[in-house]
Amino acid sequence: MGWQIDLLILLMVISCAIAAVEVKDLLATAILFGAYSFLMCLLWAVMGAVDVAFTEASVGAGVSTVFFVGAIYHTRRRTKD
Amino acid sequence: MRYLYLLLVVLSASVLFYATLDFPQWGDPNSPASLHVSPVYLQRSLEDTSVPNVVTSVLADYRGYDTMFETTVIFTAGLACFVLLRVFAPKMKDTYYRHIQSGVVLHIKGQTTLLDGSRDFERIDSRWVPADIILKTISRFLIPFIQLFALYVVAHGHHSPGGGFQGGVILGASIILLSISFDLRTGLEKIHERGLGLFSATGVFIYTGIGALCLILGKEFLNYGVLSKILPVDPVMARSLGIFGVEVGVAITVMAVMVSIYNYVSSEGRLDEGL
Amino acid sequence: MDSILEFIVGRYNYWLYILLMMIGLYAMISKNNLTKKIVGMNIFQTAIILFYISIGFKKGGTIPILEHTSHAVEVSHFVNPLPHVLMLTAIVVSVSTFGVALALAIMIYREHGTLEEDEILKCLEQ
Repeated sequence: MGWQIDLLILLMVISCAIAAVEVKDLLATAILFGAYSFLMCLLWAVMGAVDVAFTEASVGAGVSTVFFVGAIYHTRRRTKD
Repeated sequence: MRYLYLLLVVLSASVLFYATLDFPQWGDPNSPASLHVSPVYLQRSLEDTSVPNVVTSVLADYRGYDTMFETTVIFTAGLACFVLLRVFAPKMKDTYYRHIQSGVVLHIKGQTTLLDGSRDFERIDSRWVPADIILKTISRFLIPFIQLFALYVVAHGHHSPGGGFQGGVILGASIILLSISFDLRTGLEKIHERGLGLFSATGVFIYTGIGALCLILGKEFLNYGVLSKILPVDPVMARSLGIFGVEVGVAITVMAVMVSIYNYVSSEGRLDEGL
Repeated sequence: MDSILEFIVGRYNYWLYILLMMIGLYAMISKNNLTKKIVGMNIFQTAIILFYISIGFKKGGTIPILEHTSHAVEVSHFVNPLPHVLMLTAIVVSVSTFGVALALAIMIYREHGTLEEDEILKCLEQ
């Protein structure tokens, strides 16, 4: 696999991480964090770690986003920073 | 204050950047990490355990202790969520019933199970929104297939990516999907709280039980080869079956803990109304 | 010139991982909201997992699933499976700790009615 794909996904991962940390709506943080996890899973699949990518696709992008939304539902959605 | 934090981050980043100067090239086949233990695993996995997926054989056999205590950590996390969040005294909340034919909502003060068995009324959450028939139908169709796929992932982890952790999470996700698309009570009817607690302990017990069985049969803890004394197979195949048994234990624990963390977090520990 | 280029090509991945890790660290120490801190912690964790996986990567290597053949296994054809094993369990443990962290955040919200750090401190002083 070429280094171009690797670099492209890495830059997308970093922009997702910055957006997830900086955005002021916590529900948007949850969704961006799910996107971040899924891109991370792609990166690991490119590196040949298929088992780890599978785990991250089911755990990081799936279940932890649901936990996050569940927690935001019971706390406050807006934040100052 | 912001600049102080930024300075701290830049300082630690520069230390780490300096450390990368000594690293091997990225993707170097002869980097020190790839020369020491892992070649042995790659060369001997097939003849020792007859498992083609090296990740599975290292996970459950060569480094079985590691995985056993990771499973215990997951169990402890489920327990911690229970201890932190669970509230037994119900907030004196009102009960809501909806007449299915007409859509009239009955608001009953206090807790009651008056109309629970009725065919004309259904119990609804206080923040009820009209349920989407497409969502309900599709998830009712999908859930059996998701669970079948999860069992396939657990059982086929020897030959393809997968295993106890992934299969357990997918199995838990199918029950979480049921709780989201219907409501939390429907999910709890299928597998209630006591069952989840029992399952999460059972998985750890299966793992340690297989390890202790090896000890009883006269070899080291988690040395599955000795299981050939009680199973009608040769020691190599016995290792493969031992790995499978361990993976089943991991899957049960992970499934139960994922579902119970979802239940506690989404209902603030009251287990009455979910998302 | 060529040696400098080779130096950069061989290491830019590590630098980007460090950048990712520092985003997580910055979120953990400077953000005011506790949920944001939890997200920062998770970003930090995944950056470290990414670093470990990249240690096991070999150029020209394929996924570590063998075939039932008689001849010996050529080690350099397969990526290193050991970091994968260690990180696989770490991911599942990280989601469990994520759940516990969210449970703690919900507890704090139940107690103080807010998740902003400065408001919680104000509550505690009174």
